[in-house]
Amino acid sequence: MRTTIFLITLLFTAAVIKAATITVCPDCECSSIGQAIESANAGDEVLIKSGLYQEGNILVDKALRLRGEGWPVIDGENETEVITVTASGVTIEGLVVRNVGTSYLEDRAGIRMQRARNFIIRNNRLENTFFGVYLEHCSDGLVSGNLIEGQAEEEMSSGNAIHLWYCKRMQVEENEVRGHRDGIYFEFVDDSRIRNNTSEDNLRYGLHFMFSNDDDYSRNTFRRNGAGVAVMFSRNINMWENRFEYNWGRAAYGLLLKEIYDAEIRNNTFLENTIGVYVEGSTRIRYRHNEFNRNGWALKMSGGCLDNIVNENNFLHNTFDLSLNSAPNNNSFDGNFWSDYNGYDLGRDGVGDVPYHPVKLFNYVVNRTPEAMVLLRSLFVSLLNFSEKVSPSLTPANVADNAPFMQKLNFSKDKPAY
Amino acid sequence: MFKILKYSFYDLSRSRWIYIYGAFYLLLTASLLWLGGGVSKAIISLMNIILVLVPLIATMFGVMYYYNSREFTELLLAQPIRRSHIFFGQYLGVASSLAISLLLGVGLPFVLYGIFTSPEIWNFSVLLLVGFFLSFIFSAVAFFIALRNENRIKGFGLAILVWLFFAVIYDGLFLLALSLFSDYPLETFAIGASMFNPIDLSRILILLKLDISALMGYTGAVIQKFLGTMMGMACSLGVLLLWAVLPAWGIKRVAVRKDF
Amino acid sequence: MITIENLQKSFGKQAVLKGISLEFARPGITAILGPNGSGKTTLIKSILGMALPEKGRIRFQGKDIRGGWAYRRQIDYLPQIARFPENLTVRELLRMIRDLRGGQPDANRLIRLFALEPYLDKRLGALSGGTRQKANIVQALMYDSPVVILDEPTSGLDPVAMIRLKELLREEKEKGKHILVTTHIMSFVEEMADEVVFLLEGHIHFQGGLKELKEKYNAASLERAIANILQEGKLGFKANGHGAKAARLVLKAL
Repeated sequence: MRTTIFLITLLFTAAVIKAATITVCPDCECSSIGQAIESANAGDEVLIKSGLYQEGNILVDKALRLRGEGWPVIDGENETEVITVTASGVTIEGLVVRNVGTSYLEDRAGIRMQRARNFIIRNNRLENTFFGVYLEHCSDGLVSGNLIEGQAEEEMSSGNAIHLWYCKRMQVEENEVRGHRDGIYFEFVDDSRIRNNTSEDNLRYGLHFMFSNDDDYSRNTFRRNGAGVAVMFSRNINMWENRFEYNWGRAAYGLLLKEIYDAEIRNNTFLENTIGVYVEGSTRIRYRHNEFNRNGWALKMSGGCLDNIVNENNFLHNTFDLSLNSAPNNNSFDGNFWSDYNGYDLGRDGVGDVPYHPVKLFNYVVNRTPEAMVLLRSLFVSLLNFSEKVSPSLTPANVADNAPFMQKLNFSKDKPAY
Repeated sequence: MFKILKYSFYDLSRSRWIYIYGAFYLLLTASLLWLGGGVSKAIISLMNIILVLVPLIATMFGVMYYYNSREFTELLLAQPIRRSHIFFGQYLGVASSLAISLLLGVGLPFVLYGIFTSPEIWNFSVLLLVGFFLSFIFSAVAFFIALRNENRIKGFGLAILVWLFFAVIYDGLFLLALSLFSDYPLETFAIGASMFNPIDLSRILILLKLDISALMGYTGAVIQKFLGTMMGMACSLGVLLLWAVLPAWGIKRVAVRKDF
Repeated sequence: MITIENLQKSFGKQAVLKGISLEFARPGITAILGPNGSGKTTLIKSILGMALPEKGRIRFQGKDIRGGWAYRRQIDYLPQIARFPENLTVRELLRMIRDLRGGQPDANRLIRLFALEPYLDKRLGALSGGTRQKANIVQALMYDSPVVILDEPTSGLDPVAMIRLKELLREEKEKGKHILVTTHIMSFVEEMADEVVFLLEGHIHFQGGLKELKEKYNAASLERAIANILQEGKLGFKANGHGAKAARLVLKAL
């Protein structure tokens, strides 16, 4: 026991003693970051002072701490990747990384991590970097507080802001990303967490999530992205307290779920999306305490959705609350609040006495003949919906909320379970 | 003509109905804004009501005004005034007092609610503009019908039928045609068919402003491409104008040939 | 002043005027008489351009009136039914007519003449039939036009107003105006008219002075003369199978 303590103390002091700081500034003895890294030893800090460094292809191959002071600018001049890290235990913070330049042949990035562990990328600003932060085969890293802005114009010629590929136990937190192809991209990433990020104005997805299991994303805001958030081919994903807003366009949605099993979607807000949640072939998804406000379709399910439970959500002023284009398979829609519901509650228990049918006849018509949408909100369509409501003939009678709430549900008091 | 317009307008401005009409909108808009919550929602609810009610009231009111002022019209006909001016003056008097009732009834609450500082101002303007057009179009249609039918009952019946046709039946046939030919590309048909009904055209104009086009998928994109641009907007307003001019031209044609 | 050549007019299948030629050349009061449906009002409306003739021509001061409107400035017209926009007051109505016709009408004299002062600010809809007719007379006669057309001017008038109207018309006649009147009151015709035009079934049955009419039909009074006209040929009523009874009814109506 004693020897262990002694050894640890020794190691610690050794590290402190050995750790040196190498200062880089335009007028210093060492004016190049690459040069400073070369001369540094693992465990050292490279302190980069304010100034413009026109350097690309900076390779970090040992455990260093790169720290910027007064926002030094590293400019790739649209020619090269800027920082490539191949070692573990690296910290990069306080840098402005700029101008990586578009490449159709390689995925150049502002900061790339290859097979690294235990790293921190914190409080950097990445501007016009094609791919912003690119992580491949990494684990146990933190990407936090970065501002990543691009000027993406076309999907083909743009990269992702934060790109993770084959990673484990990652934390992506409090970043602000915009103007890329995808805001945050996860492919084969497990046991990771995405929290408190803002991803907006990206061409394709605010968050693109594929083949990744046991992950959790929460308290993020996804706003005005081309299509919204896509979560595909993944298992055990928790999605809570996110905001999906203003993803508005022909093929846009707040959230796309495709081939997802066993997920929890709770306490999210879906505001003014063309489609709030678009579900394709997903099973055992539980929707709880979400608010669907002023979406075109709040929930659109197609292609074999099984055993989904939609319970205790608020559906407020959506053009269509629900659209199903296949037979309802064991999905439950009981116990929600629907602003379009106009039943009564004689027992005064807060639950309406007549079921609510969230699928409208016009919705059924539109699924068959999309052009019929030009008749949206016409008197004829209102009459059509009304007559269908009085005596259902075409809409599935068993898709119903048998216990609809009379009042809008208040979620503010309940605590998230995580 | 402007003298006639002035007197018709003056006459109508003392009629109870025009105030009831205005007060109805005032009450409705105010309650939608303050009780329903939100400009955007109020605009959508108002749209539903305006698209049905403005044509209905304009048609009924136009027919009613024509029949009720027959003797007055005869008095005017004996005066040294051009015939077409008499009817245009009366028609414009009816249409503009309806339009002004709408403007005040809907406009005042919105102004008090602070529409001028709201980003929804354009949607609101389109709504009012469309309401104006519908007032003029349907009172012209009403005058045309009334001029052609001496029999009040027949005139009223026909006017209601015309309203019913544009408000409901047309869309029913439209939908029927769409579902019968759903195997064919129908975007052009959908645009074309909505041009032939001023109520449909008005509705689509507002919906485009409210961005419902995103819900329409491919059709929406085609329509947006056609109507969403300045050019398309001008074009559809032109069609609406044509819709107002055609029955007005009909009024003139019938008026100069009619015996009183 | 006004020349009518072969005027024909029908409403639907019913021929109302079947070729009428008339001339109003000399100033004075001409009474247009005839049973109901004989085409009196249609004739007047044709002159005013309100009914459009199928055939024939109407000239006003030598000019064809077809398509014209300015000639109506020379005509004062009193319509048959005094129903004006109900929401206007008498004052507003008179102002409006002045506004529409222009010129300088003399309404004040007529208003005093018919004692309309207390009603000037009353809505027309609130007035009695007689008062409304007085307002009607004022609006028609406040101008000083060479032609005056009166359609049933006496309806609803009390005796005093009736006397005033007659005085007024005499004055107008003195000014050398052409005055056309339709009426059912025979005493009014006998007292006022210089000339009578009798319309029957769309034709002019008689045109001439009162005296001539009485002489021609061998009657002491106008009423008798008209009865004689109607009985003379039984006048198509035969064809309808009503005969003398119908003629009596017509007389009553006259």
